[in-house]
Amino acid sequence: MSVMEWVDERLDLTAVRHFVAEKGVPVHAQKVWYYLGGMTLFLFGVQIFTGILLLLYYRPSSAEAYESVQFIVTQVQFGWLIRNIHSWSANLLIGLAFAHFFSVFFLKSYRKPRELTWVTGALLLFLMLGFGFSGYLLPWNELSFFATKVGTGIAGAVPIVGHFTLRLLRGGDDVTGATLSRFYGLHVAILPALTTALVAAHLLFVQQQGMSVPISVEQRLEPGERLPQMKFFPNYILRDVLAWYVVIAVLAALAAFYPWELGTKADPFAVVPPGIRPEWYFLATFHTLKMIPSHILGFEGERIGVVGFGLVAAFLVFVPFLDRRALRGQRSPAFTAIAVLGLVYFITFTIVGHFAK
Amino acid sequence: MALAHEKTTDLPAIAMEPFDRRHFLDALLAVGFTSTAAAIAYPVARYLVPPASGEPATESAVAGRASALKPNSAAIFKFGSRPGIVVRTADGEVRAFSAVCTHLDCTVQFKSDTSQLWCACHNGTYDLAGNVVSGPPPRGLEKFAVNTRGEGDDAEIVVSRT
Repeated sequence: MSVMEWVDERLDLTAVRHFVAEKGVPVHAQKVWYYLGGMTLFLFGVQIFTGILLLLYYRPSSAEAYESVQFIVTQVQFGWLIRNIHSWSANLLIGLAFAHFFSVFFLKSYRKPRELTWVTGALLLFLMLGFGFSGYLLPWNELSFFATKVGTGIAGAVPIVGHFTLRLLRGGDDVTGATLSRFYGLHVAILPALTTALVAAHLLFVQQQGMSVPISVEQRLEPGERLPQMKFFPNYILRDVLAWYVVIAVLAALAAFYPWELGTKADPFAVVPPGIRPEWYFLATFHTLKMIPSHILGFEGERIGVVGFGLVAAFLVFVPFLDRRALRGQRSPAFTAIAVLGLVYFITFTIVGHFAK
Repeated sequence: MALAHEKTTDLPAIAMEPFDRRHFLDALLAVGFTSTAAAIAYPVARYLVPPASGEPATESAVAGRASALKPNSAAIFKFGSRPGIVVRTADGEVRAFSAVCTHLDCTVQFKSDTSQLWCACHNGTYDLAGNVVSGPPPRGLEKFAVNTRGEGDDAEIVVSRT
């Protein structure tokens, strides 16, 4: 008796077997975008795996954090590899999450009945940024220390609850070892728990509803015509695996040839070194805030900027409910334009922010 | 002639049967996945093994001031990263041992009523020469050499590995 039969006899896998046999992916010109979500999920798996490995040697205190990362990359066998993969994978993950986000935006896959899939996805994107922000501080080096000062300082500009948020994030008025403890807890417990729940919901919705077909493809179908389907098992999953192999190859090459710098240990009494900047995915926001004049119509410029980004984030979460045309299955050029503008803004400001003094 | 032709095509077909396209691709995939798994498992396994401690083996340590140690008493001291115990017997002699019980690495203590070293974990006892008296310890405690350095009240007990 095979293992499957043994399990089947006890748990009745009929539903699973039907699901596996019937699950299909629609075949059309734009199906290449379907790979991005799976690749992002794969990288999230890489993050969990390498993150757990790093936990074996990492010590979350201002006295030992830097030294423990140094120990990992110099003393522990293959420690450099695990740490570099974790750092590079984090960046690729956020890059792919953005790509996934924009592709879904352009294809209007968020329209009814997939509004909740979009909402969970947008929240996951924010969680990934939270992972990036909290993880950046953990090696406790000069660059991340001052970037965290600036980043949490920006949170302090939020009207009314700003000071409270700043103290909540920092665990006090300044970035200290208390901040490190908080960010560590956030990074290895709170965010993973929230992400696991949201990823589960996100995947469940995708399985329940199947893949979305772009409006343009849908409109070209004759009444009653169905798109050809590719079987998920094994045809599509093998293609997914191929995409993951590409990700592994890129990751391994980056980790081996471009080791992630550790820098010098954070010193709260050192002069801020020039060129303090956040990770690339915060550069657009960071640079925008830098460009806003200090006062607009009597309001603090920074405060207006922060409120503005809050509104943008809220808008992104609620896109499916605002795009009425896509909801009716019609082309919706206004939202395509918003997505284009958003993408152009994001790329331009990231590049400008990178080269800005 | 047709018959001969059929025979030549039949023979290799039978010989090639296990190597059809499906089997070949399955084998290729299996080899690919196995190699990937091995390429991941190897560095991970090496990573899990803790690197050799950079700490040099301790050869000697100061176990405190000789005058502070009363007859029929003992004190725990640091011998490198592990505990040691220094005992002054009722007749004034100073002796030192590793305080790590040879049974399961608990730290032993001095019992002044019986003048024995006792391990609270599993009730192992040693005499003041470090030999096992009773209980589960498989062998005696490691014995250290004791010397004093300095004069009078400030004399320090220096313990070293023999």
